[in-house]
Amino acid sequence: MTEHKKQTIIPIGPYHPLQEEPEFFKLYVEGEKVHKLDIELGYNHRGIEKISESKHFDQVAFAVERICGICSTSHPFAYVNAVEDLAGIGVNDRIKYIRSIIGEMERLHSHLLWLGLAGHFIGYNTVWMWVWKYREPLLDLFEFITGNRQHYAMFKIGGVRLDIANNDIPRIRKMCDDLIPAIDLFRGAVMDDPVIQSRAKGIGTLTKKEAIDYCAVGPIARASGIDIDIRRDNPYAAYGMVEWKVITRHSGDVFDKIVVRILEMYESIKIIKGCLKGLEKEPEGNIDLKIKNIPAGEGIGRHEAPRGEVFHYVRSDGSNRPVRHKIRAPSFMNVATNQITTTRGTVSDAAITLGAVDPCYCCTERCVVIDKKTNKKILSGKDLIRLCQEKTREISGKLNKKIE
Amino acid sequence: MTTLYNILIFPGFLFAALIGMLASYIDRKVTARIHWRKGPPLLQPVYDFVKLMGKEIIVPAETSALAFLSAPFFGLSAVTVVSVIVWKGLIQPQGSFVGDLIVVVYLLTIPSIACIIGGFASNNPLASLGASREMKLILSYEMPFLLSILVPVIKSESIRIGDIVSYQLVNGAVLHSYAGVLAFISGVLCVQAKLSIAPFDIPEAEQEIIAGPAIEYSGLPLGIFKLTKWMMLFVVPSFLVAIFMPAVTVWGNLLRYAAILVIIILIKNTNPRVRIDQAVRFFWTWVSAIALLAVILALVGL
Repeated sequence: MTEHKKQTIIPIGPYHPLQEEPEFFKLYVEGEKVHKLDIELGYNHRGIEKISESKHFDQVAFAVERICGICSTSHPFAYVNAVEDLAGIGVNDRIKYIRSIIGEMERLHSHLLWLGLAGHFIGYNTVWMWVWKYREPLLDLFEFITGNRQHYAMFKIGGVRLDIANNDIPRIRKMCDDLIPAIDLFRGAVMDDPVIQSRAKGIGTLTKKEAIDYCAVGPIARASGIDIDIRRDNPYAAYGMVEWKVITRHSGDVFDKIVVRILEMYESIKIIKGCLKGLEKEPEGNIDLKIKNIPAGEGIGRHEAPRGEVFHYVRSDGSNRPVRHKIRAPSFMNVATNQITTTRGTVSDAAITLGAVDPCYCCTERCVVIDKKTNKKILSGKDLIRLCQEKTREISGKLNKKIE
Repeated sequence: MTTLYNILIFPGFLFAALIGMLASYIDRKVTARIHWRKGPPLLQPVYDFVKLMGKEIIVPAETSALAFLSAPFFGLSAVTVVSVIVWKGLIQPQGSFVGDLIVVVYLLTIPSIACIIGGFASNNPLASLGASREMKLILSYEMPFLLSILVPVIKSESIRIGDIVSYQLVNGAVLHSYAGVLAFISGVLCVQAKLSIAPFDIPEAEQEIIAGPAIEYSGLPLGIFKLTKWMMLFVVPSFLVAIFMPAVTVWGNLLRYAAILVIIILIKNTNPRVRIDQAVRFFWTWVSAIALLAVILALVGL
């Protein structure tokens, strides 16, 4: 009898105020209760892996930066790690420090951006606007160091593009100090607010076992009590050279996901300050190893992006282009956890639960066409290219008619 | 002739619409300043309304076009009549009729009911969800709202707004008593829900159900919906002014209205949206308890 109960589909997406990117979540609801969730990907697929096979190694670092606008440094970071692993390049300490500083500043701005959005998702627009206001000095600092507010283009194989002059260090340090009171403010405003607690505590819970089953990564896993962090477990850049600790929480609900991110910001500031101290001791200008050749072979690179582990695999045949470049972004793992977390609540909870993953959909996009009955792939890469060409011809045909 | 003037110009449609637009401008501007934004220009509500007037009206397929299109007008006419009754009571307390308080309470639910009818008539799952939320919200705030209105009724021993106003002009505002303060607090919270402003903007939660009942509306009916919202933003708080703290002059009343508006805007900007079950629980326990306490205090005479 219960099977025949009437279910309504509440669509969240493909275009929805909740999301900054196109993605389709189908909520099967009975009244306000969510029973099932269907996730549909594929509205924003751009074929970056394929594009990167047609660029030479230095260009790829810029191409992969375009995967995501928010964590735009994570992909070049993982990519240069992969290529340096492939070619066996060891960079000097100054490069390591600069890379870590950029990586942590990005984590700060990404977490602040998410905190603002989380406020927006539960209808608390004041938090949204205030957090984003305090994020501005950080973006100004990015512009000061790298020349860009987004897409810093700081990473290249065997080095970084721009140096941080030693007499600029006090300014960066001051920005970090100024940010601490702001984060304190939000810690008070968000973690001690009874209404936010009632909206976030016990909502969208992901238990430790489920987090392991779904291969959750990053803050999502750490909020569920899994103590993983690539920066500590497999140190790269300067993360092994400074003092900091991994934040974990245990209940795995939305509130803990908020807490983990807020507390991680303090750790990021600690890392930046540690790196600045190390940077002062290194001679200026020594920032590029001028790598000329990438030998044949394969390498992997990992980076703890703000959303979790990002993984790059690069294979080279000795030419100037990668013959295969595989990317696995953290949201690809984390978005799937929505399937259990949203079905435990109502439509109102679904908004913040979907948002709590800090989803980055363009990282997540995959394209596979399968037959529903047999679950087999029915279109190969060649088929897709053929379909694409046919569609282009069809559209251009229509356009020509209109012009006539 | 005077009746027509009262309904169409002052203190009816035109008056309420203009002050309502101004109130919505103030709401948006103050909210923007709190957010460190710049905010809209003074005439923005007028621009919005005029623009919507000129837009195409789209009626979704497989709906009752009559219910869908007439719902906004029900709401608008109800608010207009409430504005006339309340402000007539404030300006000439002797002129009102017996039992107008009850009429006002009834008429004030009509915009919400119009919202529900429009939402269900839209034949859209999000609109239906919004409409059902609106229904639950009415059920939750109506009881404490009535209880808090009871306090001035008990104090002045009348169900005429005119009597309540003139009683307060002679004996001092109801708000100056313990019962009055408690009833006013629960009244403001109920008004917040009646206007569906955060933290009780549950029926039209943008991030969850994308404006809820209004989702399928466009053009003129959407404009009327918006106008009704703006007029409600003026009329409902001014009803609180009438029954809790009326002044002798029109300007005094408008000033007191502005004070309530500021309270509403502040509550709006310092709270996230609650869930519908949390809202129902909140109104049936805390707010009802405060209102009930107020009624008991009023009966005792405090």
